[in-house]
Amino acid sequence: MADRILKSISTRGLKNAVRGSEYKKEALISYGILIAGYLVLQMGAMMGLIGRNLQGQFIPICVYISLAISLNLVVGISGELSLGHAGFMAVGAFTGAIVTRVLENGMTFAPARLLIALIISGAMAALAGFIIGLPILGLRGDYLAIVTLAFGEIIRNIMNVLYFGLDENGHLKFAFNHEIEGIENSGRILTGPIGATGVSKIATFTYAALLTAFTLFVVLNIKNSKQGRAIMAIRDNRIAGESIGLNVKKYKLMAFVVSASLAGMAGCMFGQNFSTLAPVKFNFNTSVLILVFVVLGGIGNIWGGMIAAALLTILPEALRQFSDYRMLAYSIVLIVVMIATYNPTIKSRVNALWTKVNPFKAKDKEGDKDRKRKKSGKEAA
Amino acid sequence: MNLLNSLISGLSLGSVYAIIALGYTMVYGISKMLNFAHGDVIMVGGYMSFIMTMYVGMNGWLALLIAMAVCTLLGITIERLAYRPLRGTGSLAVLITAIGVSYFLQNTALLIWGANPRVFPSLLKGSEPIRLAGGKLIISQESILTIVAIVVIMVALTLFVNKTKAGKAMRAVSEDNGAAQLMGINVNQSISLTFAIGSGLAAVAGVLMCSAYPVLMPTTGAMPGIKAFTAAVFGGIGSIPGAMIGGLILGIIEIFAKSYISTELSDAIVFACLILVLLVRPTGLLGKKVSEKV
Repeated sequence: MADRILKSISTRGLKNAVRGSEYKKEALISYGILIAGYLVLQMGAMMGLIGRNLQGQFIPICVYISLAISLNLVVGISGELSLGHAGFMAVGAFTGAIVTRVLENGMTFAPARLLIALIISGAMAALAGFIIGLPILGLRGDYLAIVTLAFGEIIRNIMNVLYFGLDENGHLKFAFNHEIEGIENSGRILTGPIGATGVSKIATFTYAALLTAFTLFVVLNIKNSKQGRAIMAIRDNRIAGESIGLNVKKYKLMAFVVSASLAGMAGCMFGQNFSTLAPVKFNFNTSVLILVFVVLGGIGNIWGGMIAAALLTILPEALRQFSDYRMLAYSIVLIVVMIATYNPTIKSRVNALWTKVNPFKAKDKEGDKDRKRKKSGKEAA
Repeated sequence: MNLLNSLISGLSLGSVYAIIALGYTMVYGISKMLNFAHGDVIMVGGYMSFIMTMYVGMNGWLALLIAMAVCTLLGITIERLAYRPLRGTGSLAVLITAIGVSYFLQNTALLIWGANPRVFPSLLKGSEPIRLAGGKLIISQESILTIVAIVVIMVALTLFVNKTKAGKAMRAVSEDNGAAQLMGINVNQSISLTFAIGSGLAAVAGVLMCSAYPVLMPTTGAMPGIKAFTAAVFGGIGSIPGAMIGGLILGIIEIFAKSYISTELSDAIVFACLILVLLVRPTGLLGKKVSEKV
């Protein structure tokens, strides 16, 4: 019964209830994109159609897709702006670096090491997400955004003063804000601002794609569960959600922690792709980059975010021939695409054109209008 | 004496943050958007002033005026081209566009001026620091200039916003956009004016900041921008006195953390203070509490 009420509060939930195929369609498209993308890239690499530079981007592409999916859980499904996603990525990356190094002696089977590292990274990032989320999720809108930004910077700052290493007996040593004494260079794992060194690089494209599939599985299932509908109901109308007895904080925290945990796993995979990894890599710009994927792909649209993540990771590579101008071109593309997708005049023109070309789309437009009306109603309130 | 020295350099740094935060807070107040490109306008201001003094050979003060003019124009142009088409489409779309503008400014600067850091000529070149209490208390003239600047700007801005017609129009627009329009206020003009003032102040902040910490790079504005933004939220975003108080407190906290706790962790401490304040007062120190209607 409660589930039925939830469905009727959440606009998108309502659509789910009326047309049960919505979820299946989304899942089909998302998994389809992932599998097709994986096959195309793998074949292309095997046949030598894809250059080395682009091949080096395979794992980052998978990682950024995972990050975009996990951030969508907070920004799209839970409706909170987070500007510190890279922080959780950092927690995962550095936890993963430590765990894989500690396990290196006893465990020779690399996939098992990677799996354990992923699980522990996910758990650590979830813990970080819980500690951060618990006090701050009561804040609203832009204030929450700035606090997540602050936490992202704090995590990066702390990573900057962490020192981990293995002594000659293989024991893990730890120091805060100074070098560890009596450790050889080869035993160093984390060295402050230099970051993780001597990473064993056990990530492969296939493992990364599997992780992306796992992330997709978790997020899509949450979205289609009772909890997911509760989260979306709170997003669409907090007061109505509270009034039917939904624990707002609990559900917001749940989305935040799951998202952090998935980001941690993606970070772990990312870290295992480079032999050295500095904390600078996980600064505010990286958080913003992930947010850009989510927003460009359409907030809440899982597969849109996936495509945006893949394209925007390849774009700087593809623009390499313009060398110095590539980041400039990137910024211009970003601004123009944002204006083209969100400007009301351009949007309605494109929609009008689209209905002319494709009369079957008319039904969807109705839904859009309905959502828009709800949204403007919310802003007025 | 050490304490007093730290306090004064904290006040000076805080004044710079406060001037930048004013731009953030005014823009947020009137258009409810986080203008992440603001920090990079500071950098442009710094470079303009640098070029005018080093290559054209102008007096530093004249260069400051030109930098202000350029940044004012830049602010208006950014608002007109990038933000106005997205007005009323929700804060997230504008936020990403602002980030795009920020990248655009940084990379344009990188192309024009290169990545090498430049040594900025101080506005008060060759001035001797003032020594008090037998040489133990050292105050640089730049510090004094910055502190004087924030006081002057604060008074001028408060008078402008409260006494002039344009200022009242700005307040009306930030209170209720639609109602202001119905009262015959030109909303576009008010928003442009806000961006103009904010960006002009950013140029001042850029020159003052580079005078005190004389390194100029395309990314110079990024971190102070984020810190000043934090300061604006700290004081209650949308509130002009809040921005000033937030900036000053943040500057002092940063310098104290640097000199008494740890240089590496100073940023973390600053951000932790912000979070603590927001947990106790969710809308910042002087922010208005918005009651929620059902």
